[in-house]
Amino acid sequence: MSLDKPRELEYSLAINEALHQMMNENRSILLMGQGVKSPWYVGNTCNGLVEKFGEKRVIDTPVSENAMTGMAIGASIAGYPSIVVHPRMDFMLYAFDPIINQAANWFYMSGGKVSVPVVFWGIINRGGEQAAQHSQALHGLFAHIPGLKVVMPSTPYDAKGLMISAVLDPNPVVFIDERLLYSNKGVVPTELYSVPIGKAAVRKKGKDITIISVSYSAFLVEKVTPKLIENGIDAEVIDLRSIKPLDTNTILKSVKKTGRVIIIDVGWKSFGISAEISARIAESGINLKSPIKRLALPDTPAPASRTLEAAYYLNEKKIYESICKIFKKGSS
Amino acid sequence: MKISYKKKELLNLYKQMVLIRRTEESFVEPILNGRIKCPVHLYSGEEAVAVGFSAYLKKEDVFFGNHRSHGHYIVKGGNLEAMVAEIYCKEDGCAGGRGGSMHIIDKSVGMLGAAPIVAGTISLTLGAALGFKYEKKKNVAVAFFGDGGTGEGVLFESINFAALRKLPIIFSCENNYYSTHLPIRETRPNYPVYKIGRAFGIKSFQVDGNDILKTTAVCEKAISTCRKGEGPVFIEFKTYRLRGHVGPSDNIQGTQTDIRPIQEIEKWKKKDPIKRLERYMLKNRICEQKELLNISKKVESQVFAAHQKAQISNFPKGEEVEYYVFR
Repeated sequence: MSLDKPRELEYSLAINEALHQMMNENRSILLMGQGVKSPWYVGNTCNGLVEKFGEKRVIDTPVSENAMTGMAIGASIAGYPSIVVHPRMDFMLYAFDPIINQAANWFYMSGGKVSVPVVFWGIINRGGEQAAQHSQALHGLFAHIPGLKVVMPSTPYDAKGLMISAVLDPNPVVFIDERLLYSNKGVVPTELYSVPIGKAAVRKKGKDITIISVSYSAFLVEKVTPKLIENGIDAEVIDLRSIKPLDTNTILKSVKKTGRVIIIDVGWKSFGISAEISARIAESGINLKSPIKRLALPDTPAPASRTLEAAYYLNEKKIYESICKIFKKGSS
Repeated sequence: MKISYKKKELLNLYKQMVLIRRTEESFVEPILNGRIKCPVHLYSGEEAVAVGFSAYLKKEDVFFGNHRSHGHYIVKGGNLEAMVAEIYCKEDGCAGGRGGSMHIIDKSVGMLGAAPIVAGTISLTLGAALGFKYEKKKNVAVAFFGDGGTGEGVLFESINFAALRKLPIIFSCENNYYSTHLPIRETRPNYPVYKIGRAFGIKSFQVDGNDILKTTAVCEKAISTCRKGEGPVFIEFKTYRLRGHVGPSDNIQGTQTDIRPIQEIEKWKKKDPIKRLERYMLKNRICEQKELLNISKKVESQVFAAHQKAQISNFPKGEEVEYYVFR
């Protein structure tokens, strides 16, 4: 590889590299979940892992989300930090007891003596006419729970760095990635590195409005910003990367500077992260030039039909128009 | 059961059962007078189950318990003073007053945890067993749950996977015939609990859970099976709690939910595991009444001291409520 051309990697392969390097680094780490041997389930995020580390460490499990998630927690408590993957995060609902009642509370319940270094890895599968039980983005639910950290990378660099941080973290971390981002390419260093949990990234500096994005919405916003510039709007773009802990400082600093804010979530609007961020901005007492704007999914289950999906999901056009409207500018 | 035990071994089993009984009974008064407020599920009557594991257990073996787990912790070598203080929800408790009676967690002795979500720790036990198997360690992980736990799907998921991977885990069902207030005939078809294990092709036993000689023998068999890599094992211990589901009596603490017939309770009192061992040892002239009394006296003062210490310990400070959310 030449020095002047940094290595690029797909988002899914960045996760794959993180898993290879971490499992290589620490032979106590176990990976389990449905479909770890099957790209149909997990894309190419688990390529070569079984071959390299064997079926005792990389375990393709029966469809038993509750027990398999609990098993990952028990292994982590016993000294084997585990990653449990849910290739469609909708199935994680079967595992709410181990995730929420057990793992999230364990450190507290033990008076700070026993922490659970487990990673709950859930993949969002939005779109593709998969309907209400194969497309949900449940980060808001998990973020509500004390004791859980929640991360959602949007770039290949962050996907690798946050997976590494999640595995190294002594606490339970919910790592949520997005199937639609899997083929996106970006610069990914070959060595082990970590992206700090709880630190947002400012993707672009600007003075007119703060755009707060996360996961897939960060990807969409990146495409929208050049058009905003053409329309005379100089936006500051924040990619949250971590939902919990939320990087309130970075958000407030930016909003104070721009005086305007739009929050673009990939989950539902009510009681979700856009509501939480709005509340924190409101509580801070920052004077805004225009009311807080939220763009999120309607409070509706995910539909199947492509026409309904088009109405349901966010896209570049919806984001662009919403921002132009804040400035009372045309968006044609 | 034709296993012969030496006097020392029998007295040790006796001592552990008495320690659990005296400890459990010592909570009655402070619960009734309000010094202990957190829900306390007493193990009185079921001691021979936990103690049955004691003779063949190694320090590196692990337990996961449930809401009724004081006995499990004591058998695992737990710190009595720390447990009693925890039940008072004091700062010196094993969880600093954050867990209370239902979360007896002490990794230092292999009590990896206890939690009152019924059957919730069974899958956690599976994880510990998976680790042992992966590292080729000859250790055993024991999951304790009750007959109520057999209603939870996670038990079946866990047995399936344990059987699939031949994990060194013992599914230890303490069948006390009541799922809180509800008799077993109202929660399960009339079919033996231990046969749940057979459906997955694993070694499964049913045993009189109030006979310490029998529980010890079956635990020996289960533990050695797991150490040889031939686990998992399912054991149904038929036993009975002499106290309420929670606290000394469900009928005097605000509700009238203990509907167990007096005759049934009396029948089980006759099968008290401690009295049975006493009778066995005296009848076979293994020891004298005086020796047993001495053991009880020693245990009494140990328990008394733990209460005294717990009562003068401080409650955790209010300003520390947000400690220990994350490490």
